[in-house]
Amino acid sequence: MDKFFRWLFGNNQQQPSTAVKTVEAANTAPLSEQQLQSIVGNQNPRFDLQQLIASGGQSVGKQRELNEDSIFALTATMAGNSGNLPFGLYIVADGMGGHQFGEVASNAAIRSVAGYIMSKFHPFLFQVKPETVEESFQEIMQAAVADAQRAIQKEAPGSGTTLTAALVVGQQITVAHVGDSRAYFIYPDGRIEPITRDHSLVKRLEELGHITPEEAANYPHRNVLYRALGQGEILDPDIFTLGFPQPGYLMICSDGLWGVIAEQDLVRSINEAPNLQRACQNLVNAANIAGGPDNISVILVQLIG
Amino acid sequence: MLNAFKWLSNVPQQTIIYRIRRDALETRIFPELSDDQGNQNSNSPRQLQAGVTLANRYAIQEVIGVGGMGSVYRARDMHFPNVTKLVAVKEMINTAPDPLVRETIVQNFEREANLLATLHHTSIPRIYDYFSLESRSYLVLEFIHGKDMETIINDTKGFLSEDQVLTWAIELCDVLDYLHKHKPDPIIFRDMKPSNVMININGDVMLVDFGIAKTFQSGIKGTMIGTEGYSPPEQYRGEATPAADIYAMGATIHHALTRRDPRVEPPFSFAERPLRRINQAVSAEMETVVNMALEYSPASRFRSALDMKQALMAVARKTGALSRISVSSPVSTATTGGVKPLWSFKCEDEIRSTPAIFQGVLYVGSYDNNLYALNSADGKFQWKYPTEGGVVSRPAVVDGNIYFGSEDKRLHVVSARSGKVLWTYYTDGPIRSSPRIAEGHVFIGSDDGHLHAVNLNTGRLVWRFETADAVRSTPYVTSDLVYVGNESGDYYAVDFRGVLKWRFHAKRSITSSTVGTPQTIYFSSVDSTLYALDPRNGWVIWRFRLGKASISTPCIVDDMIFVGASDGFIYAVDARSAKEVWRFRTEHQVNGSPVIYKDSLYCGSVDGNLYCLEYRTGRLRWKFGTEGPITGTPLVYDDIVYIGSNDHQIYALLA
Repeated sequence: MDKFFRWLFGNNQQQPSTAVKTVEAANTAPLSEQQLQSIVGNQNPRFDLQQLIASGGQSVGKQRELNEDSIFALTATMAGNSGNLPFGLYIVADGMGGHQFGEVASNAAIRSVAGYIMSKFHPFLFQVKPETVEESFQEIMQAAVADAQRAIQKEAPGSGTTLTAALVVGQQITVAHVGDSRAYFIYPDGRIEPITRDHSLVKRLEELGHITPEEAANYPHRNVLYRALGQGEILDPDIFTLGFPQPGYLMICSDGLWGVIAEQDLVRSINEAPNLQRACQNLVNAANIAGGPDNISVILVQLIG
Repeated sequence: MLNAFKWLSNVPQQTIIYRIRRDALETRIFPELSDDQGNQNSNSPRQLQAGVTLANRYAIQEVIGVGGMGSVYRARDMHFPNVTKLVAVKEMINTAPDPLVRETIVQNFEREANLLATLHHTSIPRIYDYFSLESRSYLVLEFIHGKDMETIINDTKGFLSEDQVLTWAIELCDVLDYLHKHKPDPIIFRDMKPSNVMININGDVMLVDFGIAKTFQSGIKGTMIGTEGYSPPEQYRGEATPAADIYAMGATIHHALTRRDPRVEPPFSFAERPLRRINQAVSAEMETVVNMALEYSPASRFRSALDMKQALMAVARKTGALSRISVSSPVSTATTGGVKPLWSFKCEDEIRSTPAIFQGVLYVGSYDNNLYALNSADGKFQWKYPTEGGVVSRPAVVDGNIYFGSEDKRLHVVSARSGKVLWTYYTDGPIRSSPRIAEGHVFIGSDDGHLHAVNLNTGRLVWRFETADAVRSTPYVTSDLVYVGNESGDYYAVDFRGVLKWRFHAKRSITSSTVGTPQTIYFSSVDSTLYALDPRNGWVIWRFRLGKASISTPCIVDDMIFVGASDGFIYAVDARSAKEVWRFRTEHQVNGSPVIYKDSLYCGSVDGNLYCLEYRTGRLRWKFGTEGPITGTPLVYDDIVYIGSNDHQIYALLA
């Protein structure tokens, strides 16, 4: 056994590695301060390299036959002498139901938004001599949404979809939002903060004071939107930029998740999970256990370093 | 913080420009920039070319409209060879690849055709023909010589007259009444809005686009038929009743009389934009009718289109052009005369700079070449320190010493108490930038094109960073970088060793200084843009288009950015979304910077006034007139506002 560790960690008799000591001491003595430090250090590592990590989860739910949600997640890490700039793009689109080809719309939305944005960043990300991007993040988002609007009107005229897209460049998150999918900031201390505002009839009536939040929770037309991608002539998406929460998470999800699970349970699921993949899986499972009335989609993103 | 100048961008000699009067300056510094925003036209699928004949009968002449699913053409009906009979050909191109989707679309189109064929009203276009060719379907309709109401609203300078809108509204209520009384089932138009109303050459209204006037399918999420902004709350729930058309009628009149497009406002927010607050020429009677049509609850609106028509006719009878009372606004003017300065002090030339305050003494530079020290409580003269050039630089005070630049090319450091010089530092050009002091350095720009880092105590050069043009903005310093813009529009982020970290280029000069948060830095440019950049890497987060060039340094409070521009406006912009929150019009260029103190914004204008606005709403609290243009930035300290003016005076006012 001892031999194995020496082989593993190098044969340095004068300074046995911490790992060896930890293993040897584990059964017999309380942990030394040094050991504690190393354990804590391993659990809460500090990375020199700044990077995004992300995971997604999706389920058709328990009551629908068709999955009309679409998600897109792309994470790039690029670091070197030329700099270290995390880049990520995360999209949730929830197609509008029934016979109106919501799945066509949500699919067209994620692909055209992602395609447009990537074409804008391509010269910066993938050219040997990177070119700077002329437009601002918000201008690119605005144009990407307009492009998706055209794509949907072409692919499935009359249909519609929600769209919540987050472009992360460095520590800036630029969000484009239409409809009632949501983006949240979630903090390790248990706080959860919605950063988007639903374009739903019920939310608007609540804002106007025509109904109370309690009435809103039981409102019969909770799923009616007044703004959606593919619908209307003038599209006015909400576009804004925020700093990435550090420490914390960005979560984007469809109403199949947020409409079913209470906010505090969302936070608990995430903070209790050992990693992002498991957190996403737990969230989807929880929504299904609660009845899974609608398609469920979620993306979780973390910026470390 | 750079303030304002009496020199022109491209004049190298200060002696020449010294006497150029402000009138020349203001018109020449900011020539109108050509609007280079372009054509983002959609690449709509293959429009028919003029000369093509459809169905061996309709000779296409030109495109008169483009919709989501195809174009509308003007065509000549060749079955009438001896007269020119024009028709409108409405095309629907079925681009959907999915066969089920395609079928649904064709059905909708046929439904519109069948519906129209049953209607006979002078305000509804007649239908002549209907046919399909491969993936395209066509409706042939009566051609209307005229313009749609939305175009008329947009093309009209100022507001349309109430009489005009009233006449149209009465006719529209008449056609709605006809539709609602249709047998066997009432027809709900469901898409009343200015762009669906044509005004023909006789001035009569025609209701066009019956694409969605039909039985309503309620229920599932997304049946959002109708146009956002004009539709009432219940229509989003799937209820289509005559009351919904009445609401949209109210919304249409509201749009026509206010020019505020409801599609870009939050839904059901008409109550927040009362007619007569926006357009004071509208009669109270008209406002009452529109408000009733826009009632939240369908039961509170007019019971029928006929009722609304009668109410509108009553308005028309009551408000002849003669009896119309123009209601004056209850704003501003009353408060003007009331503001009296606590004290004022007169220099020998213009004060274009911003003062600083330290231990009860106010320090301010003047174009008479002096830096003045005045008692901040009563304006009593303490001392003055002469330089050999105009002083537009805002003084910085550290450890009892005053740092400021002068057009004599020097950075001067004098004792705050005695006004005696400690040291001076020479650059190779006039200094209009203001010093920024951080980490034991003075950072300052010069017309010699350099950013200078000077040791705070010894006055020795630590390093200088060369830019391509004069640096008139004031450096902005964060924990690890120094940011500065120059007159050719370059913007630099330099570390504390003077090494470039990143750069950015604006189209015109960056004379405005930078303000920032750890997350974002903001500055304006003569290219008429307010920029928000990531301080770490220079990526552009957003750009906000100002009406004209700006050299005003922005100020940030509560996620709002405030900035002035040479179009005379003070703008308030949401820091996250770059949306305008409000704008306030002054009578001339705003070249100084706004400052926020408590819940007020203070800002000077070249019109000579210092304005005090409520910063959340942009509402005027008071203004104070000086005898000359104000180009500097006010300083507010201990409930007192200090402002210099080109009338050679500095004023102290109660905040």
